[in-house]
Amino acid sequence: MENWSLVSICVLFGLTARWAVSLNSYSGAGKPPMFGDYEAQRHWQEVTYNLPVHEWYFNTTDNNLNYWGLDYPPLTAYHSLLCAHLINPDWVELHASRGHESYGHKLFMRATVLVADLLIYIPAVVLYSFYLSEGSNKKKVFLCILLYPGLILIDYGHFQYNSISLGLALWGVVVLGLGWDVLGSLAFVLSLNYKQMELYHSLPFFCYLLGKCFKQGLAGRGLFLLVKIAVTVLVTFALCWLPFLSDPGQILQVVHRLFPVGRGLFEDKVANTWCSLNVLIKIKTILSTDTQLYFSLTTTLLAILPSSIKLLMKPTLWQFKLALVNSSLAFFLFSFQVHEKSILLPALPVCLLLNDLPLPAIWFLQASTFSMLPLFLKDGLLVPYVVTSLAFLFFSIYLLSAFEHCSEDKLRLGPYRRLLICIVRRYGYLSNCINKDHFYFSITAMAGLSFMSVALAPPDQLPDLFPLLVSVFSYLHFLGLLLYFNIVQIAEPLQSVRKNQKKSN
Amino acid sequence: SVMATPRADDWSWFPALALGVSFLKCILINAYHSTDFEVHRNWLAITHSLPVSKWYHENTSEWTLDYPPLFAWFEYSLSHVAQHFDKEMLVVQNLIYTSPATILFQRLSVIVTDIVFIYAVKECCRSVREEKGSKDLLGHPFFILAALLLWNFGLLIVDHIHFQYNGFLFGILLLSVARHLQGRHLEGALLFTVLLNLKHIYLYIAPAYGIFLLRSYCFTKDNTDGSVRWSSFSPVRLVALGSIVISVGALSFGPFIAMGQLPQVLSRLFPFKRGLCHAYWAPNVWALYNMVDKALSVLGVRLKLLDVAKLPKASMTGGLVQEFQHSILPSVSPSITLICTLCPTLQPKPHPPPSLALSPPAKFHIWCRPRGARGFLRCLVVCALGSFMFGWHVHEKAILMAILPFSILAVESREDAGIFLMLTTTGHYSLFPLLFTAAELPIKVLLMLLFTLYSFTSLKKLFRGSLLNPLETTYLLGLVAVEILCEVVYPLSPWQHTLPFVPLLVTSVYCSLGVSYSFIRLYVSLLRQHGTDKHKQL
Repeated sequence: MENWSLVSICVLFGLTARWAVSLNSYSGAGKPPMFGDYEAQRHWQEVTYNLPVHEWYFNTTDNNLNYWGLDYPPLTAYHSLLCAHLINPDWVELHASRGHESYGHKLFMRATVLVADLLIYIPAVVLYSFYLSEGSNKKKVFLCILLYPGLILIDYGHFQYNSISLGLALWGVVVLGLGWDVLGSLAFVLSLNYKQMELYHSLPFFCYLLGKCFKQGLAGRGLFLLVKIAVTVLVTFALCWLPFLSDPGQILQVVHRLFPVGRGLFEDKVANTWCSLNVLIKIKTILSTDTQLYFSLTTTLLAILPSSIKLLMKPTLWQFKLALVNSSLAFFLFSFQVHEKSILLPALPVCLLLNDLPLPAIWFLQASTFSMLPLFLKDGLLVPYVVTSLAFLFFSIYLLSAFEHCSEDKLRLGPYRRLLICIVRRYGYLSNCINKDHFYFSITAMAGLSFMSVALAPPDQLPDLFPLLVSVFSYLHFLGLLLYFNIVQIAEPLQSVRKNQKKSN
Repeated sequence: SVMATPRADDWSWFPALALGVSFLKCILINAYHSTDFEVHRNWLAITHSLPVSKWYHENTSEWTLDYPPLFAWFEYSLSHVAQHFDKEMLVVQNLIYTSPATILFQRLSVIVTDIVFIYAVKECCRSVREEKGSKDLLGHPFFILAALLLWNFGLLIVDHIHFQYNGFLFGILLLSVARHLQGRHLEGALLFTVLLNLKHIYLYIAPAYGIFLLRSYCFTKDNTDGSVRWSSFSPVRLVALGSIVISVGALSFGPFIAMGQLPQVLSRLFPFKRGLCHAYWAPNVWALYNMVDKALSVLGVRLKLLDVAKLPKASMTGGLVQEFQHSILPSVSPSITLICTLCPTLQPKPHPPPSLALSPPAKFHIWCRPRGARGFLRCLVVCALGSFMFGWHVHEKAILMAILPFSILAVESREDAGIFLMLTTTGHYSLFPLLFTAAELPIKVLLMLLFTLYSFTSLKKLFRGSLLNPLETTYLLGLVAVEILCEVVYPLSPWQHTLPFVPLLVTSVYCSLGVSYSFIRLYVSLLRQHGTDKHKQL
């Protein structure tokens, strides 16, 4: 069958799954007075549609920032404004439309997500799968990335526009991979200006581009490239922030809204270090907010440093993808004010590794979906969660023959073993950890915990028992895989041995 | 190609294909469901909470039990699982009861009983004739047939969105067909008898079964020219067949005959009080007939040949039409449709054996030229499509009875593949009005595109070349225009309020052209194959 028809069939299948999920409930459906993220997005349409730009980020009589105040960068605001112009004015009427819910409105909101996905995220996945992934698995990888449940459930169930920010970031990766450095940095800056969480990906982008400049020689072409990129970044930023540039007060207020330092180290239950550590030590009460901030900043930087330095020294696409995983995952695990949904940021680059490291990638993606279980339960998304997770697990393992790629070499642990062999041999057990039995054990445990969360009532003195167990269990996966991905990235020799290996294969 | 790693004969791809579609069905659990959902809930409640003697008398809900007794027993057994989900759904008085547990249970019951369908598809694939083995899995007839059946658009939307148990029933039909293709005729007959006692709509294709079994099973030998050898009649086989039919019938209807309720049961099964066409006209001959009648009456009024006052009240404008009165053309009665339904399946023969020339009541061509089980399958498809074309009060869903068995022929011959594409695309499109809610619009369009794109590209690849002529292609592309007109442009126009039935009418008439065309081509292919087969035999 021709390529185009297979690609279209995969896309149609992915879209069908997406729309089928969107028939379900959304966050905060019928739950006044605060509702949920769905109402937040609608409220931003209301605010941007009715108020002048300089009031968007300020608390005024018409803009109560305590009720879902705008806390995303300007591109999100412009996007809301665009959506608001397309619909029934009653749905965005100032004050009167607050908490508006209806069949038609839900349909409209869902459709905007689908359109954004179709225009930004899916084309990027097509380009990535067919131009940048190696080997004969292109279509299978494509289908698996499209079916990643975490993103589908958050965007089409819970309700957000992650496909825009992640899609733009993916455009950045794809365009950089194709060798157009300026366009790549442009795409990434746009993504950063849609959601500030994209900062998780920023260091690898920076190091990759800087490393390339170094490689071309900072005295000659490298410098020229650096200047081109710097100008692109600055100009793009300036254009995105144009309405706010006139007044420094505006800029400060927007930045303040984007980084709400006052909200503490973490909220709710999230599968990162601080929340998990909190089970043993009550960090939030022991340390002051400032100390927490510096503490988390330091640990995050320490966790990113090795992978960033390595990428700087060896700016290849493979290193870049690994660095994206390592950086965003480190941010998720150690940084300040992390939300459970932010796991989608590391999940995106992990999707890009599905072809190279199928089992660890599938494992991570499944754990990431699982880590958001309490959120899905709150939103009434149990059925789609179960179905999409099972479908993804089944399809990815079957199509990518994940269990046939578990040897040390296939897991890219050969160089690591060679490094260790002279030091302590028995620490080289990492490749033994990632195998079929452990994988099935972990999946069974996730299934068990999911079942308990749904079916059992928690004991009275521990009402958060199950969400906490889910968080800690996912955290252990994330930590282990962070270690693994770091080892794979750092142990790769600076000289390109990999190419020779591939030839011998 | 790239996805060729698993080979067609190791069958590891089959569970993947089946599981894939099952996941898709599961994810549609919360989609819109029609009143058929309540129909089946009511039947669960009736069979669970009332004694057998009251099953066909109960009428608290307007959706009374109107399937044969075996289906009632099927609901009865389902109800025993249902009580572990939500007991309230089993109370007859709880009309339109849709708790989340009820929805989950009913949806899952359809998905789980589809296992019968999945098994039947596998058996059908096994009985497909294999041409020279293609290396590529995706181009293999096994794979294509399995995908066309398992992922059939019509079944997906009728069963898993609209809500019915067709997958389970068609599973039994396809299994019976597969058994005939495999030469296991008694099993095939048993399965079909069971099917008839589950849903009596399959009576339409019963003639094909009857004649085929009599001719090819009860007579064990043919003469050299292919005509029947009378001396080879096997009474034992006839008795075996007869006892199967009678015992299944006794098991199903016996208790009701014993209770003296047979007339009551039959009156429920065959409600002839309904009109010629369903509210939404199925795309068949009568849709065209109604259309011509309407056009003539409008023309007549315009040309002042007719008096508006004398015309029957324009019942078409109501939107929900039960009884359509023809103004110009003669009205159609049930008996006429019955004759029309039987006629197309009669086939003129070039050289009829004298003994049969006087008795023309059934499918002669499989009598005279049996051509084995494949001839039977073709006859079955013609029967099903013939009854769809001419039947009384036909539902648009009945098109699946022709499409699904036809899939088997489509992967075996180039000509059939062409007809199949015409028939499935128009037939499937004609199912669109089943789902009229805005939220399900993208689903039906996406699934339709998915299936249509797959069937076109896979069959084109299988037979290495285009299967449709430019006119046919243009007609099918016209469906896109009809869809945009009916579901996007028209609702925005002022006529939406004054003439709301127009989109349905356009859809129905446009589709009936394609279905009629496919029917004629199928029929012609039957006649032509008759001739060529004879040459081959000689």
